[in-house]
Amino acid sequence: MKESLGQENGKRKSECYQNRLKEEPKGLKVKPINNGTVIDHIAGGQALNVLKILGIYGTTDATLSVVMNVDSRKLGKKDIVKVEERELLEEEVNRIALIAPAASINIIRDCNIIAKRKVDLPDEIVGVVRCQNPSCISNTAEPIQSRMLVKTKNPVLLRCLYCEQPLTENIAEYLI
Amino acid sequence: MEALLSQKPKFPSMFMKRHVLSMREFSREEIDSVLDLAASLEPYARGKKSDMMAGRILALLFFEPSTRTRMSFETAMKRLGGSVINLGPAEGSSISKGESLADTVRVVAGYSDALVIRHPKEGSARLASQFSPVPVINAGDGAGHHPTQTLLDLYTIKKESRLENLSIALVGDLKYGRTVHSLAYALSLYGADITLVSPPGLRMPEPIKSDLSRKGTPLREASDLGEVVNNVDVLYMTRIQRERFPDPVEYKKVASSYRITPDFLSRARKNLIIMHPLPRVDEISPSVDQTAHARYFQQSFYGVPVRMALLKMLIETGA
Repeated sequence: MKESLGQENGKRKSECYQNRLKEEPKGLKVKPINNGTVIDHIAGGQALNVLKILGIYGTTDATLSVVMNVDSRKLGKKDIVKVEERELLEEEVNRIALIAPAASINIIRDCNIIAKRKVDLPDEIVGVVRCQNPSCISNTAEPIQSRMLVKTKNPVLLRCLYCEQPLTENIAEYLI
Repeated sequence: MEALLSQKPKFPSMFMKRHVLSMREFSREEIDSVLDLAASLEPYARGKKSDMMAGRILALLFFEPSTRTRMSFETAMKRLGGSVINLGPAEGSSISKGESLADTVRVVAGYSDALVIRHPKEGSARLASQFSPVPVINAGDGAGHHPTQTLLDLYTIKKESRLENLSIALVGDLKYGRTVHSLAYALSLYGADITLVSPPGLRMPEPIKSDLSRKGTPLREASDLGEVVNNVDVLYMTRIQRERFPDPVEYKKVASSYRITPDFLSRARKNLIIMHPLPRVDEISPSVDQTAHARYFQQSFYGVPVRMALLKMLIETGA
């Protein structure tokens, strides 16, 4: 009996939500932000890794919106990340190209887009990706950060500055 | 020869950075400049008196055992009139107290004009170069690089055979042997024709082979040494280590099929030379030592003039 009531309630809630979605503008899952950074066109499922690259994990004071696996004409499925009250620096967002080369960045100020651009991988990535070689000196307690040289951008080919081991696949697994 | 020694060397850009870390950083011109200087220093390697490095100190930081590399660096520095300081056994040093490599390097660099480092971790020499105000020479970093071995191999080939249009077989453990990886890369700069001869389980790693192919190096693979011995100018032998084979019977079988004897050499070209980074175990019969093909002891000696050349270029640039 309880179970059927629950199912009934669930159905009603679902209808309610469907109606509400119909009233909202199409595709709008999260309200626009007034100030901050919107990272759009992230490959579907990679938003949490994007946050990791930006150093946003664990506890944070930042107001964040993360939308994952929404339909995209360009990518099939895409993720969106909105970081309020923080204008990300060019060097910060460029690292995102490691896992989301098609991502685009919009800087919002007073509800207006003041800058819009694509990510572009820098020539060197410092302290973001660890070397996959367990015998590499960068994987020890030495006072250094990992340093990866970007040999090619499409497809992404990294080479450890220390042991010269290449890294091409599953880069997200090696994010620090 | 004296003129070459007295003229200010043309320091390539690498030497302005003052470190020797990997063969990947050498252009063909840079290699040639080291080999030319080494040739002019050979009389000093044989005992002619010199005070070129008088008052200079070379620090040897060997975190792993070494005989030839350590002793030839020491000989090179002393023959040029300089002095050498050694790290000594790790148990009695600050390493046993947990000091980082970065700190050890900073401290020892304060006592010396150049550092030679061998360390089990790959990339350790590059780390050392980031913390050292004096030149750093990589004398082997784990399975990574050993550039001075490659330079002395090239010097041997140049002196005892030829570097241009060379046909060479790299034989033995091509998977784990760091010397053959660096040598193959350096030979690709000279357009060498390379045949890789190894048991199936010890083939050269795929990324290195594709890197060489991309550079346009003619590359062949073979398992049978007998098929290639009459077609090459140089046989570069390496040791097949027992511990790579879980089955001792399999090891014996493989090791015996890569063993050079005078009989086996009857099929070889007259001017074939045999090289080996040493130590050898069973792969070259001692009776081959007496043949006109053997060059591995000369090769070992050539480590001295080549390392002299590097010390002279690096320490003088850093002066």
